[in-house]
Amino acid sequence: MSATGIGAAVRRKEDLRFITGKGQYTDDVVRPGETRAVFVRSPHARAKIRSIDASEAKKMPGVVAVLTGAELANDKIGNLICGWMIHSKDGSPMKMAPHPAIAAGTVNHVGDAVAVVIAETKGQARDAADKVKVDYEPLPAVADPAKAQAKDAPQIHDVASNNTIYQWHLGDAKATEAAFASARHVTRLDIVNNRLVPNAIEPRAALAEYDAGTDQLTLWNTSQNPHVARLVIAAFVGMAPEHKLRVIAPDVGGGFGSKIFIYPEEVVCLWAARKVGRPVKWTAERSESFLTDAHGRDHVTHAELALDGEGKILALRVKTIANLGAYMSTFSSSIPTYLYGTLLSGQYNIPQIYCEVDAVYTNTVPVDAYRGAGRPEATFVVERLVEVAAREIGIEPPELRKRNFIKSFPHQTPVIMLYDAGDYQASLKKAMELADVKSFGKRKRDAARHGKLRGLGYSTYIEACGIAPSQAVGSLGAGVGLWESAEVRVNPTGSVEVLTGSHAHGQGHETTFAQLVSERLGIPFENISIVHGDTDKVQFGMGTYGSRSGAVGMSAIVKALDKIEAKAKKVAAHMMEAAEGDIEFKDGKFTVAGTDKSAAWSDVALNAYIAHKFSGQELEPGLKETSFYDPTNFTFPAGCHICEVEVDADTGNTEIVNWTAVDDFGTVINPMIVEGQVHGGIAQGVGQALLESAVYDKDGQLVSGSFMDYSMPRAHNLPSFTVGLTETKSPSNPLGIKGCGEAGAIAAPAAVINAITDAVGSEQVTMPATAGTVWAALQRANATRQAAE
Amino acid sequence: MPAVSMTVNGKAVSGNVEERTLLVQFLREHLRLTGTHVGCDTSQCGACVVHVDGKSVKSCTLLALALEGANVLTIEGLAEPNGPLHPMQEAFRQNHGLQCGYCTPGMIMSAIDIVRRKGHDLDEHTIREELDGNICRCTGYHNIVKSIAAGAKAMAQGGAPRQAAE
Repeated sequence: MSATGIGAAVRRKEDLRFITGKGQYTDDVVRPGETRAVFVRSPHARAKIRSIDASEAKKMPGVVAVLTGAELANDKIGNLICGWMIHSKDGSPMKMAPHPAIAAGTVNHVGDAVAVVIAETKGQARDAADKVKVDYEPLPAVADPAKAQAKDAPQIHDVASNNTIYQWHLGDAKATEAAFASARHVTRLDIVNNRLVPNAIEPRAALAEYDAGTDQLTLWNTSQNPHVARLVIAAFVGMAPEHKLRVIAPDVGGGFGSKIFIYPEEVVCLWAARKVGRPVKWTAERSESFLTDAHGRDHVTHAELALDGEGKILALRVKTIANLGAYMSTFSSSIPTYLYGTLLSGQYNIPQIYCEVDAVYTNTVPVDAYRGAGRPEATFVVERLVEVAAREIGIEPPELRKRNFIKSFPHQTPVIMLYDAGDYQASLKKAMELADVKSFGKRKRDAARHGKLRGLGYSTYIEACGIAPSQAVGSLGAGVGLWESAEVRVNPTGSVEVLTGSHAHGQGHETTFAQLVSERLGIPFENISIVHGDTDKVQFGMGTYGSRSGAVGMSAIVKALDKIEAKAKKVAAHMMEAAEGDIEFKDGKFTVAGTDKSAAWSDVALNAYIAHKFSGQELEPGLKETSFYDPTNFTFPAGCHICEVEVDADTGNTEIVNWTAVDDFGTVINPMIVEGQVHGGIAQGVGQALLESAVYDKDGQLVSGSFMDYSMPRAHNLPSFTVGLTETKSPSNPLGIKGCGEAGAIAAPAAVINAITDAVGSEQVTMPATAGTVWAALQRANATRQAAE
Repeated sequence: MPAVSMTVNGKAVSGNVEERTLLVQFLREHLRLTGTHVGCDTSQCGACVVHVDGKSVKSCTLLALALEGANVLTIEGLAEPNGPLHPMQEAFRQNHGLQCGYCTPGMIMSAIDIVRRKGHDLDEHTIREELDGNICRCTGYHNIVKSIAAGAKAMAQGGAPRQAAE
């Protein structure tokens, strides 16, 4: 292993600019003549817009324009779309309601845009926005997904009766029912997967500029996938032809899914920039992020697990209501279906699974992918059921898991997925050793002497990453292919630029991708640049989400590097007057087999461009190759997380005292970066389990709408983590990578709740398990115990 | 618009600003020092932390006009141009204390102030408690805590930090 090759904990290339304040985030970009946009937003969850009076606002100092939904419609700017078609079990297509970038006629959630003010400064725009008079007729609203389908619930969109977007199912209902009928034991749980706000620390922003001379629009925005943004804004919104729109996603300060989607604000900035003839910038304030960034999770589920007399799982049955909010966000339909139902087999051999999902509209912010996206919800269902079943039957939770683990591969689950590689026993065993489970009993007794209740919780999770084979997702309703592109440009001096369709917003691609190139070409790490995030520079690509950039994005680079090596060997053969088949390439040097002839990488690169040693008829000059990589399967990262908590018996306050994570991500390129991804994922999962919740009141007001009342995990809420790895390589891509970005967020919530319920002796602990919630569970457990005595 | 003069990163600066202009706006929009970030509107996240007269403050909580004559140090001023990094900056890089980089300037400025107040031998509990005012969504804090402990030690070993005058 070289110091900068695959497997080395190389320090990150991107860090220098970030630690010196030289990063370039969207809000840092300033264009000449730039104006600022501030949106007027609905204070009502649902209302009819009777009229908008902007006359006073337009007279305010510095105001350039005030624009409304009526003008947007006049200019024929199209609606935002959801790009994944889901069909209901009766065969009918999902019910997608119109989603204009600025509301026209009605508003459907608090924060829905009703007008935009463009002014010289942000302060002036804000002042003028206060003067826009909107006459609303408030209408009844529904925010709770469990109530959205009720007969007396307000009907939000005409296209969706009972606010139902689709009623989807997966699996064999009859066979599952038969398995339940034969079961010796059935474990049942009602689960609420709490609604979360992604809260990347960089708020979303958009800056649009129109060049009338070339009829070219440019958008700088906080995007995880600038090409997809361009495609949707061109082809569906109809803003401009695709080749007349450039999208640049510069440094992006965290995404976690929330910056995948195409949002109203970027559409409005583009439209307004062309309309006013000046650049228009919008930057969200945090309160606005809470009211406009797509939220995550928000499931209400009833789940049942059937087991035989020996603790073997026979079947799983799940019924879920998924809240998609007021409009269908870009990929929202796929999250509670093909990224959820397909993972319900967990790490277990489950003969029959049947899953039903109703997706509903409510008067809340749209819900879409948030770190893990469907897979945390699936893992929570499976891992809670297994844990509770073990306790009910009286088998140790790890033992019940072992009895049901899938042990041979490939394994076809009853819910589409074909698991290709894994060793679930190995990760469980290693995690139990690292967590010193053997001594847990002693630690529990010691804690009890101090009035503390110790609990241990397991989560043996699985996820599907490396999204995804295009044909497969196409057959499931995806509107796009999920391959990735790469271009490798070798310069005449031998330095290399890799242009990738992946996008980094914290993941460190500039480092890991360069490690791959350094390893393959044997050239110094410093001589390699990774270029991403600009549609004018990079060939169409699909972007970064679903832990796909290693498994899919790097595979595309491998393919391009294969082509580069093949071409370079041809050049070297001409240079050394040898047969192409005799050229060997190792550690940055070309040699002729069986001779002492050699050529350095940089000489071959130069010769490829000066083209003095071969004729253009024999070989094209230059050294640049492109590839598109379409994976052959999903990848299946899996592992075991063990959480140990101490609950204060008097207050219900929970402290995480130990965290052990053992993950199988296949090949690891940079262990330092991979560990960092695991840490961050765990923190978000712990946040969901203990702290975070997007709370709507019955009128549809977001009660937890700022960092004052939405509890973000802080340093003192978390322990240091013990992180280990096991490795089975993915057979589905050339590097054997599985992906690491979401594992922590997927594994963690079940581990935390399993630990708390173990500590308090009651399964009735909902997320977030605040001190009050845990204290109430303790009281119930005590009452039950006393009644039994 | 009224005028204000102060010292930022060792240089005398002045400008005419609206009364409501916050220090962070003055830094970002008037001086184009965009290393100081804004992550919230309730003074919770700490992405905007700078040093004023040697102490860490959230620059979203101060009016620029209130800082006449003040000495302000931002992330851009921690290391001399082309000079070595501040030990705390280097510690964040060595310990992978950042991912997306957005909270990082505020984290580093807060970290240096923790060292000023609590010394160079910082235990994990102290660092975690003292970071209450800085939110990171990427790292889970594990490596930030390690970075600050290492940076604090490095600062004691002669990597004399450049500090705004008290």
